[in-house]
Amino acid sequence: MQRRSKIVDNLDWTTIFIYILLVLMGWMNIYAAVYSEEHNSILDFSQRYGKQMVWIAFAFAIAITIMLSSSRLYVVFAYFIFGLVLALLLSTLVFGKVVNASKSWIQIGSFGLQPAEFAKFATALALAKLMGPYGFKLNTFTSYVKVGLIIALPAGIILLQNDTGSALVFGSFIFILYREGLPGWILVFLFFLVSLFILTLIFSSISIMVFLYVLTLFVFILQTRKYKDALRFTVALVGIGLLMYLVSELFDISIPRSYFFIFPVAAGVLIAGIYGFVSRFRPAYLWAAFLGVSVMYSLSADYVFQNVLDVHHQKRINDLLGIESDPLGWGYNVNQSKIAIGSGGIVGKGFLGGTQTKYNFVPEQSTDFIFCTVGEEWGFLGSTVVLGLFLYLLLRLIRIAERQREGFARIYGYGVVSILFFHIVVNVGMTVGIFPVIGIPLPFFSYGGSSLWAFTILLFILLKFDSDRFGH
Amino acid sequence: MQLNITTDKKYIISGIIVLVFIVIVVKLFYIQVVDSSYKFSANNNVLRYITQYPARGLIYDRHGEMMVANQVVYDVLIIKNQVKPFDTLEFASMLGLTTDQVKDAFLQVKKQKGYSPRKSVVLLKQIADSSYAKLQEVLYKYHGFEVQPRTVRIYPRAVAGHLLGYVGEVDESVIKNRPYYQLGDYIGINGMEKQYEVELRGVKGVSIFMVDVHNRIKGSYEDGRYDSVARTGKALTCTIDLDLQEYGERLMVNKIGSIVAIEPKTGEVLAMVSSPTYDPTLLVGRDRANNFKMLQTDSLKPIFNRSIMALYPPGSTFKVVNALIGLEEGVVTPQTRYACYGGYTVGRGVGCHHHASPLDLSHSIASSCNTYYCHVFRNIVDNKKFGSIEDGFSNWKTQVESFGYGHALGIDLPNERKGIVPSVNFYNRYFRKGGWNSLTIISLSIGQGELAATPLQMANLVSTIANRGYYFTPHVVKSIEGQPAIDPKFTERHPSSVDASWYDYIIEGMDLAVNCAPGGGGTARIAAIPDIRICGKTGTSQNPHGADHSVFFAFAPKDDPKIAIAVYVENAGFGATWAAPIASLMIEKYLRDSITRPDLENYILQANLLNRRAKKK
Repeated sequence: MQRRSKIVDNLDWTTIFIYILLVLMGWMNIYAAVYSEEHNSILDFSQRYGKQMVWIAFAFAIAITIMLSSSRLYVVFAYFIFGLVLALLLSTLVFGKVVNASKSWIQIGSFGLQPAEFAKFATALALAKLMGPYGFKLNTFTSYVKVGLIIALPAGIILLQNDTGSALVFGSFIFILYREGLPGWILVFLFFLVSLFILTLIFSSISIMVFLYVLTLFVFILQTRKYKDALRFTVALVGIGLLMYLVSELFDISIPRSYFFIFPVAAGVLIAGIYGFVSRFRPAYLWAAFLGVSVMYSLSADYVFQNVLDVHHQKRINDLLGIESDPLGWGYNVNQSKIAIGSGGIVGKGFLGGTQTKYNFVPEQSTDFIFCTVGEEWGFLGSTVVLGLFLYLLLRLIRIAERQREGFARIYGYGVVSILFFHIVVNVGMTVGIFPVIGIPLPFFSYGGSSLWAFTILLFILLKFDSDRFGH
Repeated sequence: MQLNITTDKKYIISGIIVLVFIVIVVKLFYIQVVDSSYKFSANNNVLRYITQYPARGLIYDRHGEMMVANQVVYDVLIIKNQVKPFDTLEFASMLGLTTDQVKDAFLQVKKQKGYSPRKSVVLLKQIADSSYAKLQEVLYKYHGFEVQPRTVRIYPRAVAGHLLGYVGEVDESVIKNRPYYQLGDYIGINGMEKQYEVELRGVKGVSIFMVDVHNRIKGSYEDGRYDSVARTGKALTCTIDLDLQEYGERLMVNKIGSIVAIEPKTGEVLAMVSSPTYDPTLLVGRDRANNFKMLQTDSLKPIFNRSIMALYPPGSTFKVVNALIGLEEGVVTPQTRYACYGGYTVGRGVGCHHHASPLDLSHSIASSCNTYYCHVFRNIVDNKKFGSIEDGFSNWKTQVESFGYGHALGIDLPNERKGIVPSVNFYNRYFRKGGWNSLTIISLSIGQGELAATPLQMANLVSTIANRGYYFTPHVVKSIEGQPAIDPKFTERHPSSVDASWYDYIIEGMDLAVNCAPGGGGTARIAAIPDIRICGKTGTSQNPHGADHSVFFAFAPKDDPKIAIAVYVENAGFGATWAAPIASLMIEKYLRDSITRPDLENYILQANLLNRRAKKK
């Protein structure tokens, strides 16, 4: 009895309250999204909202079970659970069922399970187990390899299942690594690479090259204050370009225009590199190396985009960046999603008043595009409230993670934050058209047992650690 | 130190999260609050406007008998996206089509303006009721097909095609200029259907429905608050006497020409026949375009409404106008006599037929003496009081125009021609100023030369004589449902320039022309009917298109005129031979509703004058 009350007292009831609120709001919106006159009882089990109620009941049972269990269990069995999920993922590859072109479902009787959903919390547990002990430091090559393997293994298998969206979620663990010692500049550098990738798709390679040159030269001047040298150097390079142009005009040699840019930049990189190396002037060859690498990266990014990515990924990204517009084809989902949300206005059309989602203009309106119903029926105010709840939950979870005394619990906590953050931002971002379409659910909202249970397990293991933080 | 860095990182991570959320909220604010185009697109997605087509107004004849009614036909519509493979042969045979026609319709559908595979578009138009009955039973088998009722015209008696006009689908220019009309709407294209389009068409209704992504109707929008009900077009009562009209058309079979009959007291048109005519049923339904082309290419021009569009020289019938003007001007009296021995010999001269001589005014009309009217005409235009031929002629022209000549009368039908009364300027241009005199234009005295009038204007003239000096603008609509009166311009008297007292002498002459004793010189004795006093005037109008036209106009009874009628039979020779008997039979039909002279009737019914077009010399 005493143990029981201790659990209750130490529980973070605010988080639980937000969780219940989100789950119920999700249920209500699923009801509205697939509502029809013929099936209007919310308890109709032939409909998605009826089924979702069953999933919710199971989720609550799972939550209570976790609360009654011991948190030590998860520390001890972390690798075991991780291994088990990996085995499940692998067996899905063999025995799985293909849904929406990805082989990510295991069918047990009439019941389908998505192991990828559970891989997320299992990976967070494994990471916590690896990085939790006091002696672990994220500064050696081996430590990076170990961490990399734990993240890459499930992500790789999920990628093989052709479920790119779920695989990308594992990228969000970068937050854990950052929190646990990954230098900040890597984060900045990654951000730079992603931005450069996007810029490469939008702008021509010449303008990207000029942009990179100016940017790196600016950093160089900031570091060394040698702006006169930098200016002379630039004038010289422009001179080379002009000379080439004149020569080609004079002797009537036809050279592609891009060469007038590529050649001077290449010459600049070469000269600065050799000069810096010979005179041991570090900023010069660092500049040369950085410019050279980013130009090559930018050029290869284009190649990767055209030749490595699937056509539908290319199309979705092109649509997002406004490079290609095809509102009835590739852009249909996002266009309809924006119409649904946009038509909600400030206060929305009211509960069951939405037409775009109810009449199926928005595809997947109860799963990946559930936020459309929120936007259409509850408007800007309702959407902001939902986003506000999510934001509050994330900040609260960071606080919870930070107050853990054990490394394991803290790292796991950040894992929860990373996964939820990625899901929320990518999902909502996709429905409003600032992220490409990636089929991942909105936590606690989207229809589906697997995702709801996985998010419940994810969250409540953290809450269990939190309530146990004064014990042991 | 270590602790500091980690707490910093906590804030950096929180900061990143907050920042990203702010970006999303800003984007949400933009699409939900700032940009209103999404609301518009949402309505476009979900709202379907379904037009409720009203039935067109019915048309009755003057006795309330149905002239034009409606019949329900069905348009077959498809939503291309929902159409699944089906048995083309079965479908086609049900509708009485070939499979190729069905396939062709499917190809044509895509070329329609505003075609969308997600919206209903018309595949086949105006499927007959009987085909629809078969189709309806199996319609469930054909996914993506629906049927929409429309009404088209039917004609219980298949007469008066020219007068009634026809209905067709609106074309691009109508849609552009008249916002009421949309693709697929019907509009009156000619005749009364065109003239009274606004009254007849009614008001379209609209039902607004909400549909899902498959275009399935999910319910009415806002409980039908913005819906409107279609209002049926107003019924018209026509002035036409359907029996008389039908009889006129029968009499004119195998003859080219026109009959116009007017009730003098009101200006109501009792019959308006243009021959050859056509069955108005031809211009209804799926074959309308083909039939129209066939009628259009017919060398006898059956679509041409001769009653109001053909211009004929009035011929001798015009002598009554010159007589009236002469009396009014005082240049001739009822007792004035002119001798005639085979014609008028001054100038180029005008020939005349054999008759007693000299004749007074009334007898000159009865015998239709050309010489008499050469004198009268010259007396009018060469009258000393005017001092010049130009002024004398202008006075004559003004008076002629007061009888409804030279300008459109304003009948409530489209495309009425105004006829020709030449002007001083015309002759000055033609002959040069001062290069012409009363002898140059002497043909006008007997209704030839540069004069031209429609059969309607001729009927209106005889109506004016019957009224002793005034006419009402001829019109074809007697009343409009829900309207207390017709246009007031139809109840306004138009007096002629000639005093009412002079008319009796003219009427006397017209009476003599029909009813004089045998050998009394009357030109139209063939038209006489026992117990009905017909007053008439023959004409034989020379024309450049072939043999003379046979012309006759008359009114009856003499003392209480109930019908005024003009008859033209193209290239048929003397007025007395064909036009006069036709007018006589029409008058008898109208006043007695039975024919007492079956021989005369048969003579007319059996006559085929179509081969007389070549000029006889």
